[in-house]
Amino acid sequence: MNLRRNTLIAFVVLLALLPQLPVPEFWITQGNYIGLYTLVAIGLVLLTGVAGLTSFGQAAFVGLGAYTAAYLTLSHGVSPWLTVWIGLAFTGSVALVLGWITLRMSGHYLPLATIAWGLSLYYLLGNIQALGKYDGLLGIPALNFFGLTLNTGRSFFYLLWAVVVLAAIAIIHLLDSRTGRALRAVKGGTTMAEAMGVNTFQIKVTAFVLAALLASVSGWLFAHFQRTVNPSPFGLNISIEYLFMAVIGGVGHVWGALVGAGVVQILKDQLQVLLPKLLGGSGNYEVIVFGVLLIVVLQYARDGIWAFVEARLPRVQRKNDWAAAPALPERPRPSHGSVVLDVNQVRKEFGGLVAVNDVSFQVRAGEIMGLIGPNGAGKSTTFNLVTGVLPATRGAVRLLGERIDSLASREIARRGVSRTFQHVKMIAGMTVLENVALGAHLRGTSGVAAAMLRTDRAQERQLLKEAEKQLRRIGMAEQMHELAGNLALGPQRLMEIARALCADPTLLLLDEPAAGLRLKEKQGLADVLRQLRGEGLSILLVEHDMDLVMGLVDRIVVMEFGTKLIEGTPEQVQASPVVRAAYLGTEH
Amino acid sequence: MFRAGLRTTFGLIVMDLSIASILMLDGATNGAIYALLGLATVLVFAITRVIFLPQGEFVAYGALTLALLQLGKVPGTVYLLLALALLAAVLEVMAAAKRGVPAQVALLRAGRLLAWPVAVWAVAHWAAPLKLPLFLQCLLTLAIVTPLGPLVYRLAYEKLADATVLVLLIVSVGVHFALTGLGLLFFGAEGFRNPSFWDARFSAGALMLSGQAVIIFMVSIALMLGLYLFFERTLRGKALRATAVNRLGARLMGISTSGAGRLSFGLAAFMGALSGLLIGPTTTLFYDSGFLIGLKGFVAAIFGGLASYPAAALGALFVGLLESFSSFYASAFKEVIVFTLILPVLLWRSFQHGHHDEEE
Repeated sequence: MNLRRNTLIAFVVLLALLPQLPVPEFWITQGNYIGLYTLVAIGLVLLTGVAGLTSFGQAAFVGLGAYTAAYLTLSHGVSPWLTVWIGLAFTGSVALVLGWITLRMSGHYLPLATIAWGLSLYYLLGNIQALGKYDGLLGIPALNFFGLTLNTGRSFFYLLWAVVVLAAIAIIHLLDSRTGRALRAVKGGTTMAEAMGVNTFQIKVTAFVLAALLASVSGWLFAHFQRTVNPSPFGLNISIEYLFMAVIGGVGHVWGALVGAGVVQILKDQLQVLLPKLLGGSGNYEVIVFGVLLIVVLQYARDGIWAFVEARLPRVQRKNDWAAAPALPERPRPSHGSVVLDVNQVRKEFGGLVAVNDVSFQVRAGEIMGLIGPNGAGKSTTFNLVTGVLPATRGAVRLLGERIDSLASREIARRGVSRTFQHVKMIAGMTVLENVALGAHLRGTSGVAAAMLRTDRAQERQLLKEAEKQLRRIGMAEQMHELAGNLALGPQRLMEIARALCADPTLLLLDEPAAGLRLKEKQGLADVLRQLRGEGLSILLVEHDMDLVMGLVDRIVVMEFGTKLIEGTPEQVQASPVVRAAYLGTEH
Repeated sequence: MFRAGLRTTFGLIVMDLSIASILMLDGATNGAIYALLGLATVLVFAITRVIFLPQGEFVAYGALTLALLQLGKVPGTVYLLLALALLAAVLEVMAAAKRGVPAQVALLRAGRLLAWPVAVWAVAHWAAPLKLPLFLQCLLTLAIVTPLGPLVYRLAYEKLADATVLVLLIVSVGVHFALTGLGLLFFGAEGFRNPSFWDARFSAGALMLSGQAVIIFMVSIALMLGLYLFFERTLRGKALRATAVNRLGARLMGISTSGAGRLSFGLAAFMGALSGLLIGPTTTLFYDSGFLIGLKGFVAAIFGGLASYPAAALGALFVGLLESFSSFYASAFKEVIVFTLILPVLLWRSFQHGHHDEEE
């Protein structure tokens, strides 16, 4: 942490000294623009790099902030220290509506809606008489900071960069928190995040609104820096330039936004002088270079400039500060032998295909139930029906007597059902420990503000302690600081089990947990599952490794072509001619 | 949009039947163009998952390439075609060398890439000063602009074919920037208005139908029919549809997905350029006019959820009508109205289709 912290301190000191040094005014102005752009680009890092969404409307949000400030101070004499909050409220509401409309659908509808929104706002601003049409509003007063008038580039520089550094730190804090993990989890699709209890729609809207709010602050500062506003800096092209900054700098890192804003601003300035000389005529030829550069960056260095810096910085290992944290409360276990999961005549049709055909079975507390059958028998579909990933066509699923078949995944997770996936779903760029801590999402409560202000640390320590405990139980404590993406397939599956256990489930659903495991690991897994059963957990297991299944489970349900073939003890199933026929074909 | 006559000065005139029918005709004409662009957008998205924002750039390229040919000049798009083909050929040879493909094979492939652009370049140089008849110049324009599509796909997208929709969308933004900037370089900041293909005028009562509008309708309908036949009746068309349904499955059936991508971009460029030729005589076009026109086709495509061709065509008609009526009632706000329209449409779609997850 020290090198990073020292670099940050050195950077802040440099920022503090810069206006005092005999730097030409030009560079102070450039520095101010870079700061304004960085704020917006940080929002795009959060949105694009972290949450996997994007927006072409950031410049329009900057515009809302700027015009709110300009109009209210000029026409109604409202203090800038009030307009910033009005601007934030206004921008936040617009972002909320846009996000609410589009974020239920595939990820690409948000950028499309923001294109339309960005264009609309541009033409709207340019046609409203009260806002000066395309000429805009002139004569916005300078900010007054406790009697100090920030009417020069140098004095403004301090306020601006203080805001930028604070925003960057707040977002870095946010990313290293319960909400931050949830944000990262939605990037690769929502199934896993929902299974961990994350309200993915809400978290996406949160990311979008936060990015819009950062843009709004930038707009407020912009208005009082330029002292004039007109529609042109808030058009669609500028939105694209913001995205360009984030991508060039490195969309996965907060500091990438700073690097990107700096590089693009300086490059743009140089190109605007150079290209017209080179090509003759005048115009925004720099967009050619930017466009080509963007394509090349995406093809050859998708993680941007900061990724190269990051690769050279020493990787910091999270300091273990959670040893003394109190353990998280656990939910009461149902009494041994009582029915935990009751699947009753459940049916799933995909068009004409009946994937699950009126299947019924029960899982009791302290029991491991095996679900086996040839490929395509409907085992994973049954899993998806129980966990709410798919809605059942008919039938009822009850957990501890409560019907759960019409509930969303995350609501089922909240009631104590936790699962792993046939194809591992994890966040490759997070450590094993952080991935597992995601499983404890529902056992924490802290939100965005607490994360930014770091008032969530006590709870965060509890979550991490739980994550470590589950990793230790599964035999992976040594690997907890590795990046999950660097693990082999076997350990990744074990990590998923630890993540599922982190949720303190009543019922654990494991989808082929032993696939890709070595013999030793399989034996270890079997021991852990036996131990969990001893603790009163119910486990539903889909597995193809018959040695493992037969030696471990209490009862087995065999499925074929979506239908339940037989249910019984391992001995009964092994002796059944029907099962042999299903697996090996009939003897003639 | 393309008729400047009915602007704010008419703002106070009470709508009567003749104005309404003029507006409807105007809207339908523009709607036909938006339909072509919307269809191209749906086509490209279905096959390549690329949200092709620069679709409109081909409109401007088409109209302005013709305009320069009309002036007897060799348009810059010819050199762009040559440059892109050369770049693609160099990359092809380099990639071949890396994989150990024999030199003759690599050079042959490069030669195949270059043959058409060189031929087009030669013809353009020979034909430009001759000021050939309009129809031939139109053909030459299509011959120049259409191959830009596959080349753009090859250079910008093919390497990223398996990337997320989001990454492909950001690439599209880069392509849009580059093509717009190049448009400025090739055509300058001034606008052009092409001569009409057919100066005839038909009148039925108060309603005036220009020959150009007739051509726009006929060509749009013919093109849509042609596309329908292509997708329903030909093997290549079916292969494209297969790719749209399932990329991996199509590949396993021996359908080249990159080939399908190039073909779809070729069709998109062709439809864009053709749209440009069609509207060139109805309005003054600038190097950056294409973007807004393309985006309106886009709004239309979103009506169909980027998946349905008939819905996109109907959406286009609606966008065209909405635009022409809003330019009558609130000229200054017509863009605001058209682009804000997308929000209720998205809301409707979001409730109709609920949650669509994209696992990546």
